[in-house]
Amino acid sequence: MSATETFDAAKARPLWHRIVVRPESVTLLLLIAAVFVSAWLSPFFADLRFVLESATFYIEFGIIALMLTLVVVSGEIDLSVAATMALSACLFGIAHRAGLGMPVAILIGLGSGALMGLFNGVLVTVFRLPSIIATIGTMVLYRGIAQVIAGDRSVGGFPDWFVGIDFIAVGIVPVPVIIFVVLAILLGLVLGSTLFGRQIYQTGTNPIAARHAGIRVDRLKMILFTASGLTSAVGGLLMASRLGVVRYDLATGGELQVVLIVMLGGTYIFGGRGTIAGTFLALWLLIIIQTGMTVANIAIEAQLTVLGLLLILAIISANAIYAGGRR
Amino acid sequence: MTETDGPLVETRGVAKSFSGVEVLHGIDLDLRAGEVHALLGENGAGKSTYAKILAGVHRPTRGEVTLAGQPVSIGSPLEAQRLGVTLIHQEPLSFPHLTVAENLFVGGEDTGVLGRVPWRRMAAEAERLIGALGVTIDPQAVMAGLSIADQQMVEIARALASDTRLIIMDEPTAPLTPREVATLFDIVRRLKAEGRAIVFISHRLEEVRALCDRVTVFRDGALISTAPVADLTDDDIIRLMIGRPLQEYLHKEVASLGDEALSVSGLTRGGAFADVSFSLRKGEVLGVAGLVGAGRTDVARAIFGIAPAEAGEIRIHGKPTTIAEPDDAIAHRIAYVPEDRAIAGIFRTLPVDQNITAAAPRSIGAGPFISPRREREIAADAIDRLSIRLASVHQPIGELSGGNQQKAILARWLLTDPEILILDEPTRGIDVGVKAEFYDRINQLAAEGRAVLLISSDLPELLTLADRILVMSEGRLTGEFSRAEADQEKIMQAAVPRSAA
Amino acid sequence: MTALGRLVRVREAGLVVMLVILAVVVGAIQPRFLTIATLDIILLAIPLILVAAMGQMMVIVARHVDLSIGSILGFASIAVGMMFRDIPEMPLWLGFILAIAIGAGLGLVNGLIIALFRLPAIIVTLGTLSLYRGLIFILSGGRQVDPNHIPEALIRMAQTSPIGVPWIVIIAFFTALLAYVFLRHLRLGREIYAAGSNPDAARLRGIRVNRVTLVVFSLSGAMAGLAGLMYAARFGYVNPGITGVGFELTVIAAVVIGGVSINGGIGTVPGVVLGVLLLGAVSVALPILGISGFWQDAIYGAIIVIALIVDGSVRAGGLVRLVTGRGG
Repeated sequence: MSATETFDAAKARPLWHRIVVRPESVTLLLLIAAVFVSAWLSPFFADLRFVLESATFYIEFGIIALMLTLVVVSGEIDLSVAATMALSACLFGIAHRAGLGMPVAILIGLGSGALMGLFNGVLVTVFRLPSIIATIGTMVLYRGIAQVIAGDRSVGGFPDWFVGIDFIAVGIVPVPVIIFVVLAILLGLVLGSTLFGRQIYQTGTNPIAARHAGIRVDRLKMILFTASGLTSAVGGLLMASRLGVVRYDLATGGELQVVLIVMLGGTYIFGGRGTIAGTFLALWLLIIIQTGMTVANIAIEAQLTVLGLLLILAIISANAIYAGGRR
Repeated sequence: MTETDGPLVETRGVAKSFSGVEVLHGIDLDLRAGEVHALLGENGAGKSTYAKILAGVHRPTRGEVTLAGQPVSIGSPLEAQRLGVTLIHQEPLSFPHLTVAENLFVGGEDTGVLGRVPWRRMAAEAERLIGALGVTIDPQAVMAGLSIADQQMVEIARALASDTRLIIMDEPTAPLTPREVATLFDIVRRLKAEGRAIVFISHRLEEVRALCDRVTVFRDGALISTAPVADLTDDDIIRLMIGRPLQEYLHKEVASLGDEALSVSGLTRGGAFADVSFSLRKGEVLGVAGLVGAGRTDVARAIFGIAPAEAGEIRIHGKPTTIAEPDDAIAHRIAYVPEDRAIAGIFRTLPVDQNITAAAPRSIGAGPFISPRREREIAADAIDRLSIRLASVHQPIGELSGGNQQKAILARWLLTDPEILILDEPTRGIDVGVKAEFYDRINQLAAEGRAVLLISSDLPELLTLADRILVMSEGRLTGEFSRAEADQEKIMQAAVPRSAA
Repeated sequence: MTALGRLVRVREAGLVVMLVILAVVVGAIQPRFLTIATLDIILLAIPLILVAAMGQMMVIVARHVDLSIGSILGFASIAVGMMFRDIPEMPLWLGFILAIAIGAGLGLVNGLIIALFRLPAIIVTLGTLSLYRGLIFILSGGRQVDPNHIPEALIRMAQTSPIGVPWIVIIAFFTALLAYVFLRHLRLGREIYAAGSNPDAARLRGIRVNRVTLVVFSLSGAMAGLAGLMYAARFGYVNPGITGVGFELTVIAAVVIGGVSINGGIGTVPGVVLGVLLLGAVSVALPILGISGFWQDAIYGAIIVIALIVDGSVRAGGLVRLVTGRGG
């Protein structure tokens, strides 16, 4: 009671303050800085073509991060995304190997991803488990099933038209990047401009008040988890196309990358705030940082240090910026 | 002066303000060792705030507290405990997964990182403390497995473990069965005989009469009277509690009532309310009076689909209806302004306009999309009509005052053009001027032919606005009065439970 | 006996029953499962998990979770392994102390970030999981510590001891015993339960909840560090890209199966020991039954999810509904 009372007394923040002081602005500034620094250090980065080509290594995670942004804004999280990628890709690969034909195999891949997401949703809304723990459980489960069905071998032999989607480009823009941009625009519209998106923010801000206002909170979360699973399957298929084979350990540790992109984009870990624009910018920031490190000959594994540090700094700073409006 | 001469606890001019609004005005009260002292008053009269000041939960804004003649400053519950003051909450604040013995002793003095837990001594001590209360509770039992009554006993035992001199019980009997109440009373009498002071907060006059020596009545944050219980009749006490000079009620046009809008029959939900039946007509304001915990809000939540009833029937415009979710209720053009605005009402960090349009998404939608222009217009119109004071519609609603937040929530529901409005304590914590606006608004809504169910603990408010008043007590309907026959005394007589031990 | 107390006992009894059923069924199909040799294999399979599970259970009882233990294990084993390589005369006991100290330090960093900034442990430790793993590569230059650089005496600890059972098994069970004494008989141990059971009440009773956070993460790190040295003993090498990767998930699985509630406040050392034994028995039973080791993770995952659902549906009837405000 006293907390709200003292808040009543707080003065209104000026409009410019509200618009400018937000985590996405930090992301944007960092991105601009990263562009200049990297272009100055290495001429590669002045070449848009190089940046776009490098992007294809990270774009699958970016696509999943877009969807995960919606999940996090609604007050939940999905840590099983990378395992979902692997299992749906393996199911796709095995279906194809079994001679089911590409359209059916792709449908199996996508459908299984949606089902995995749905199962996460059931754990969260029906069994009332915290998503943060439930999706750790399904992360082990999905990855384990992938291992059972695919064993230790690579499953490949896909038709030529399917392999190497990252080499197909419209102009200089590779197809996966186009998919990312289109999905960003689409989800940006959903989250920012539709009634459904509004309900996501309201649910993440105060789930009890949301239910009182007539929002079917459980159904909304179920939809988001299912969509997260489906998007992960899309990411899994894109990765399968890029690598030409699928394995059970595809995208191992990918949940870190995906969560990092979302957090770097300024989405609030406790729900209710965050934008697709932030996640969009964060992906490019991450691409430049990681490609920069690769160009600078820093081993992929050593780059983990920077990624982990970035994740922690991102949540600390987003937390600090939102601190005024918390609880 | 020795301890036995003067009062154990004295408060002089103790007052408390929350963000500049004084809710407790200069309380002078003596509590004596060896007495059970009842605090009585309507909801929000200030008795709980006073108790929390003694227990270190709140700090007084001004005034002083002396304990056995020494001025003390009680900064925290822990400090209160050290001084020998314990507040026993209605729902015990305990560790559900730990044993009874641990609940008695965990925390306490810090013995450093490697301090041992003296299980054996703890068990023996727990046995002794609980045994002293004359009840049988296994000290090794896990807390969550105990009944509420036993959990209370553990809390009392904990108070005794730290040699408490003043025990404050905030409505301890509300969740208990008559037999458990009898046990509790025996214990309280024993504590009293040991020379401790007990403050007993209750709504049940019979319990007060059976147990207490003196009674203090609070009203509107002020101490009204302190007297020996024997000197007062029940009617005296009730009159002191409502006490306001019977004001001239606003003239209200007797609305021409329409057909039945809502009726419920036999509505029951275990532990909350039982066999509630009433009907509400178009154009009618039906008041619901009762004390806190009487089940009024639970009935409202059942009708609105938040926690549906287990038995009984809801009819809307005469048709039996199932409402499983608030969404269903809204589809039947029911609106509910909840009691706790911060928890169930506002989206604190979201802008005012988004808060206002939350329950009527279709009014701002263009297909699946939101029309920002239409949202702005609708919000601006609502802000204008209800004269909500704010800097900008883009302001987070948390930055507005409580009254303006409440107006915004009302505006949210008016946008759904409801036929049935349930208002739960709509004017609580709102200043007088805004209150008057709300009264006009409620009258007007009824005049437009809407049916209004008005839950309020403010009796003059009910008498001013309601065409008819229902009274609930302990989950059941205990009275119904027409506008002509209702008065504060009759309502309180029906609202105060008298059936206890 | 109360409902909750019964539940805890039931959980432990249930684990014993499951172990027996597993032994009987697998033994019926492959009698060789029921030999001392198998028991030896199981005991050798679990020491690392057992040690780390003791730390993890404290973290979970206190309402947090620690995802970084695999990386802490890796870091401690690489760091100490390199010291053994570069300073051959370093005594073994010093190696143990250093491994535990390094682990405790990294765990303390987790605890400080979580307590200081009031952040969810799961995201912070996901970050440090990556951060510490990266540091392993930077420290080691990506090179593994080869068997010939691991002290012989250390490797022997995974093979034998004066009483026949390998040292690391003895160390693991001794750690569990210490954890039991700590959680059962020391005030600080009970404060972990109190803080996890009801943090608000804990604060009101004067328990320093932040201190509890620092303690559980430091201990979790320390035990992961100890497990790191046990890894070096058991496998005879330490590899930056392999050692400890994914270890946290196995440990969390063991802890959750052992009956530790993810909502804090509940969990016993005997339960977790049984959980670890069950996981160990499953992992040994699979190859004996001729089932591919690839099934192991899927089975672990299924066990976690089922344990969570059982845990969740038990809670759904009680406190949780009230606390979360749903329907209450």
